[in-house]
Amino acid sequence: MKARTIVEKIWDNHVVTQQPGAPALLYIDLHLVHEVTSPQAFSMLRQRDLKVRRPDLTVATMDHSTPTYSRTLPVLDPAGAAQLEQMEKNCAEFGIRLYNRLSDHQGIVHVIGPEQGLTQPGMTITCGDSHTATHGAVGALAFGIGTSQVGHVLATQCLLQTPSETYAIQVDGALKKGVSAKDIILAVIAKIGIGGGTGCVFEYIGSTIRGLSMEERMTICNMSIEGGARAGLVAPDDTTYQYLNGREFAPRGGAWDAAVSCWKQLPTDEGAEYSKHLRLDAGELEPMVTFGTNPGMGIPISGAIPNPSSISDPMAKSDLVKALHYMALEPGKPLLGHPINVVFVGSCTNSRISDLRAAASVIKGRKVNPKVRMLVVPGSQQVKKQAEAEGLDKIFREAGADFREAGCSMCLAMNGDQLEPGEYSVSTSNRNFEGRQGKGGRTLLASPLTAAASAVTGVVTDVRTLL
Amino acid sequence: MKFQTLESKTVVIPTDNIDTDQIIPARYLKAISKDGLGEGLFRDWRFNADGTPKPDFPMNRPEAKGAQILVAGDNFGCGSSREHAPWALTQNGIRAVISTSFADIFKGNALKNGLLPVIVPPDAHSELLHSPGAVVKIDLRSQTLVLPDGRTVEFPIDGFAKHCLLEGVDELGYMLQQKSAIAAYEAAHPSSIRA
Ligand code: SF4
Repeated sequence: MKARTIVEKIWDNHVVTQQPGAPALLYIDLHLVHEVTSPQAFSMLRQRDLKVRRPDLTVATMDHSTPTYSRTLPVLDPAGAAQLEQMEKNCAEFGIRLYNRLSDHQGIVHVIGPEQGLTQPGMTITCGDSHTATHGAVGALAFGIGTSQVGHVLATQCLLQTPSETYAIQVDGALKKGVSAKDIILAVIAKIGIGGGTGCVFEYIGSTIRGLSMEERMTICNMSIEGGARAGLVAPDDTTYQYLNGREFAPRGGAWDAAVSCWKQLPTDEGAEYSKHLRLDAGELEPMVTFGTNPGMGIPISGAIPNPSSISDPMAKSDLVKALHYMALEPGKPLLGHPINVVFVGSCTNSRISDLRAAASVIKGRKVNPKVRMLVVPGSQQVKKQAEAEGLDKIFREAGADFREAGCSMCLAMNGDQLEPGEYSVSTSNRNFEGRQGKGGRTLLASPLTAAASAVTGVVTDVRTLL
Repeated sequence: MKFQTLESKTVVIPTDNIDTDQIIPARYLKAISKDGLGEGLFRDWRFNADGTPKPDFPMNRPEAKGAQILVAGDNFGCGSSREHAPWALTQNGIRAVISTSFADIFKGNALKNGLLPVIVPPDAHSELLHSPGAVVKIDLRSQTLVLPDGRTVEFPIDGFAKHCLLEGVDELGYMLQQKSAIAAYEAAHPSSIRA
């Protein structure tokens, strides 16, 4: 048999039928739903008098327009409130499990899936959200879809799909102190550009990736879309099985053993071919930070902001000029030491317990700089509970940070948490597009360690000076 | 949604990597229907904070009025999966976007809404970028585009997507007809999610 990549294996296992001249009909094992990209899909079901085919494989949560100031106070924004209310109605009407604001399992859709063991190796997973690739960390083929496709999956549990190419992102070697998973993925994107993975699925391989925890792998897979790939994954291994074993929706007993023996067939075969291959030496990486208005505009923290005069392509040059103008940053200057106004630790990239622990390790015994507003937003109620059990909430609060309820929060400025025009934030989220965190806001993407260090000093800081 | 031919002048936004947060900012995503999303299109590029239009933005220039074809820089539509982006474009009368490349999810979403993503080679792209307002003819059946200088270039499109656009095929209808294959697959592949 031909040597296959993990992506090809998962694909082959899920083709329901393949008609000539049409894309494959691909079966979807898990469909995650949130309030923003689903209402029009449910309306379509109603118009066409359709049911949800597999409510048991569909799980909904509230995260995007969900406020983080409280779980019980009313949602002040009428449009947000209406959207959440509609989600309740839709889930009740179509029989879908919903983790609403009051649920102990509520949280960012990409945090709760793995956390509850819904997300499993070898699965196909969809969600009306581009960061669905996060679930690839467990060895699943997980991609973001639009609302029309959300409707297709609700109605048929299938998706019409054509296969993608597989792009191997290989990272080997030991990370230096203060350098984390977030820095790896920011370095990858800085290298290949935000369109570098278009048409591809990333498979992250190499000794560094193997050595990462599940949560670190999630951080990396999460930002696959920022490199243009629709999905990204890591083949399952013992780290994966240990993480999943005992989680609420993971198989148990004999079913667990059977599942693990299936999952062990998934990793890419020796000799399988990748369409593209990128190699990175982890030992050469520094903490990364972005200076511009897309996630590919990143530099090592000790580096200088690039100069447009060094770029020959006229469009690329004018884009850089435009980005630096929006960011009000000067070419050739370091970013290190640049004053900031806000620090946001959260989002589906970095809001898990290990991220909060990392941030707290820097904050502990220190104060948030009085000029800085620091927001720590756990990715789920479960993460929040764990953080409280470990006293992390106290560390943050005593330092002067705000510790919030679970949700997307300041990642996308549609729930009340946002930057003011002109403000600079160091954020652990995944996008620094113009206005992403609030109209006129300026986002510098970085790791939780870098974010926490910058919160303490009030300027962009190399965390290694505080370790 | 059908698409066969289109002849229109172009409006040009000469920027690479136009992301979906620019096409429609997140604060416009609280809608529970598709109505009124057009208002959010390029909101922060098109309008000042006080709601007055920015006269320099290409779409606000008088000569852009009625343009149904948008010409933009490389990698158009990167970022989120929000289908609100093609909805906002089509609600403003845009029926085709021309670029050298598109982000995958945006491309898929556009095709489902009768918005044609047209991928052209760099030289044709550069000509289009430099001739805003020029009239361009698109013929989906022959997958060709007639440039302002009269040259014809071909563009690629997935065969199935093309068929659906030309014939106005209902993709979901096609999928629903495969119910028995889906049921057979389900019977052979029980879920590993613990009930
Ligand atoms: S945290 Fe941000 S990127 Fe993640 S799902 Fe929410 S809005 Fe999207």
